[in-house]
Amino acid sequence: MFDLEDFRAETRAWLEENCPASMREPVRSEKDICWGGRNAEFKNDDQRLWLERMAEKGWTAPTWPEQYGGGGLSPEQAKVLREEMARINAREPLKSFGISMVGPAIIKWGSEELKQQHLPKICRGEIRWCQGYSEPGAGSDLAALQTKAEDKGDHYLINGQKIWTSYAHKADWIFCLVRTSWEGKKQEGITLILFDMETPGVEARPIRLISGASVFCETFFTDVKADKTQVVGEVNKGWTYAKYILTHEREMVSAIGGDASAVDALGVQSLDAVGADEQGRLDDPVLRADIARWEIDQLGFRLTLERAKDEAKAGEGVGHYSALLKYAGTELNKRRLELKVAAEGMGGLAWEGQAWKGGALAKEWLRSKANSIEGGTSEVQLGIIAKNVLGMK
Amino acid sequence: MATLVLDDEQKMLREAAMRFMAEKAPVAQLRALRDGEGDAFDAPTWAAMAEMGFPGALIPEEHGGAGFGHVAMGQIMEAGGRTLAASPLFATGVAGASAVMLAGSDAQKAELLPKIAAGELLCALAVDESVRHTGKAPATTAAPSGDGFAITGAKSNVADGSIAGLIVVSAATPDGATGLFLVEAGASGLEVEPVEMADSRATAILRFEATPARALGEVGQGAEALARLLDICNAHLAAELIGVAGKAFEDTLAYVQERRQFGVTIASFQAIQHRAAHLFGEIEQARSLVLAALSGLDEGVEGLPRLVSAAKAKAAAVADLATNEGVQLHGGVGMTDAFDIGLFMKRARPAAQLFGDERFHANRFASLSGY
Ligand SMILES: Cc1cc2nc3c(=O)[nH]c(=O)nc-3n(C[C@H](O)[C@H](O)[C@H](O)COP(=O)(O)OP(=O)(O)OC[C@H]3O[C@@H](n4cnc5c(N)ncnc54)[C@H](O)[C@@H]3O)c2cc1C
Repeated sequence: MFDLEDFRAETRAWLEENCPASMREPVRSEKDICWGGRNAEFKNDDQRLWLERMAEKGWTAPTWPEQYGGGGLSPEQAKVLREEMARINAREPLKSFGISMVGPAIIKWGSEELKQQHLPKICRGEIRWCQGYSEPGAGSDLAALQTKAEDKGDHYLINGQKIWTSYAHKADWIFCLVRTSWEGKKQEGITLILFDMETPGVEARPIRLISGASVFCETFFTDVKADKTQVVGEVNKGWTYAKYILTHEREMVSAIGGDASAVDALGVQSLDAVGADEQGRLDDPVLRADIARWEIDQLGFRLTLERAKDEAKAGEGVGHYSALLKYAGTELNKRRLELKVAAEGMGGLAWEGQAWKGGALAKEWLRSKANSIEGGTSEVQLGIIAKNVLGMK
Repeated sequence: MATLVLDDEQKMLREAAMRFMAEKAPVAQLRALRDGEGDAFDAPTWAAMAEMGFPGALIPEEHGGAGFGHVAMGQIMEAGGRTLAASPLFATGVAGASAVMLAGSDAQKAELLPKIAAGELLCALAVDESVRHTGKAPATTAAPSGDGFAITGAKSNVADGSIAGLIVVSAATPDGATGLFLVEAGASGLEVEPVEMADSRATAILRFEATPARALGEVGQGAEALARLLDICNAHLAAELIGVAGKAFEDTLAYVQERRQFGVTIASFQAIQHRAAHLFGEIEQARSLVLAALSGLDEGVEGLPRLVSAAKAKAAAVADLATNEGVQLHGGVGMTDAFDIGLFMKRARPAAQLFGDERFHANRFASLSGY
């Protein structure tokens, strides 16, 4: 048996040696996040180096099998890696829908061919993915989706429209839900298929958000040819895979409430803007109470995230906790940004210019409003908990 | 990082405690005590608890205890919370045992701990001097007298104060330090005014007039021991509150799945589903905090007082929510004495108030966090 404490010591030493100093700073803006991809934009050499080194170890996807570019770590080892990274505030080397969403489904249901084609590139951050689920008429009621895929022998011919496709304009490939059958229940005619965003007939048009940014698109498909080998698992079984991916997505989104480096110490961070009384307490007792309650809730959430991971069996994700964590984590993040904007006063609402960091906080605050919509709304999560976890009917 | 998952031994103990409380100390027993002759607890049940090792769960084996530790004791407290077990377990097995273990001299430990573990000596902890816990230094005084001390002052909110054989009292020493003192039941100058609380438990107001006492351990070191003692008490009250909240929630969930209106179960209404789902999530998150606090007590973590305050604050808030939602979702029957849900509400509040409610601990958490 490989001793866990040996692993910790080795990991600590390796991270100490290999994690560049600038990659130990808190993530301050979208630019600090490394997305990889064919047209990867690295903010600086450190960011590139950090990705390369971690990918070399397989630690961009620590628990994936080594043969596909993962780290082959046990859940216990992966936890040690997380803890050791957190200890030095190491950034995630790569943010990837490949790792957090489509990859786990390929591992679980994909053909050997698909695994070899896609997984190593995902681990190395060479291909950036987007998620083609939502449509204008299929949001919370996702299974109502209408994008049509016609069987043309060796390929499918895809026509239809997706919406809210995050980073479709920057992604290289899409994992897409299409309708392959109109018979039976609406859940039974859905297929999960992968294709290149450069395929003729694919068009992504960015949509401007209330935060001013354009992170998602309307995505149109006109006679798009997708090779049949790119179907994940079985035809018409896509709904099962889609839900599995959503579980992983929820974990990713809920981690937003658990990122200790980003969210701890809201009270202390607010002392500058709010001021302190003679005893060093925030000079607005009501805001102080609100922040204390938020910090307590946030600590409880973070510990629950950890507990869920501890309880989860190897590779099975956080199971029945996922909807709960998605709901709680995103609502907490929204509360955090409301409190932060309140603490910063007018400075928190500045939009442009030199003063008060030029509106970064206001934009982050507005962006956070999507947390309880994307990946399934809070109302939908509460419904899942009630029905699937509590058995209410 | 704290240990957040029970080990096999702790799981077994948890299950045994759950079974024990459900069989030997069910809610029906609380009702019987309330409606009976004025007994504060059921003596045979207490003896059986001692047999199980519950009062000695925190006490090391060398002093006759089981040495299970705080996580394990927390499981017993939670199990008791689920059945509203009215027993001396908290005041004796948590507060009394911890006071002696933290502050007592070797001789006092050898003398008192085996009796506590055996369930023979009931304890009470007298700290508060007003209706709310304040965290302030005591106004009650301890003056040297003979080879001991004489205590003068008044204490309120003393859980089991009317039934304890041994009372641990916080008092100011002549040089202004806080000390812990032992007063025996029936001591001269001790007046005990029993107060029955909303949860039907026995508390008391104690008045001391030059009451003879002996110091618990070294006189000068009381403040530190008291702070730690209150953290221990609060972590275990939080564990009990998780039990109260959890069972109130389960009873409510069962009720809404059974009750029909408009031709369907009321559990099929989304307004009710969402409230139940939210509550479930809150209880799970409070549980994580309580586990972290308990394992922090066992393992010794940095920032433990802050963690304990977070756990108590969240557990108290969640117990309020669970019992308020519980009564509401029961409708009219929730207001009746015949249903248990109201009894859970009546236990949640005093258990939260004791040694600081949600607001007290949120405030303390903020101060300990540096703002
Ligand atoms: C920033 C962002 C990024 C996104 N990225 C992607 C992406 O990459 N790929 C992708 O496919 N999609 C993406 N989405 C889409 C997202 O998944 C959908 O917006 C979401 O599922 C909700 O669907 P909708 O917008 O149609 O809202 P609707 O379903 O119309 O919901 C409107 C309101 O009605 C409520 N509601 C709906 N049904 C119920 C019900 N049964 N019970 C109670 N209340 C209900 C909702 O909770 C919500 O409050 C993204 C969304 C956002 C905001």
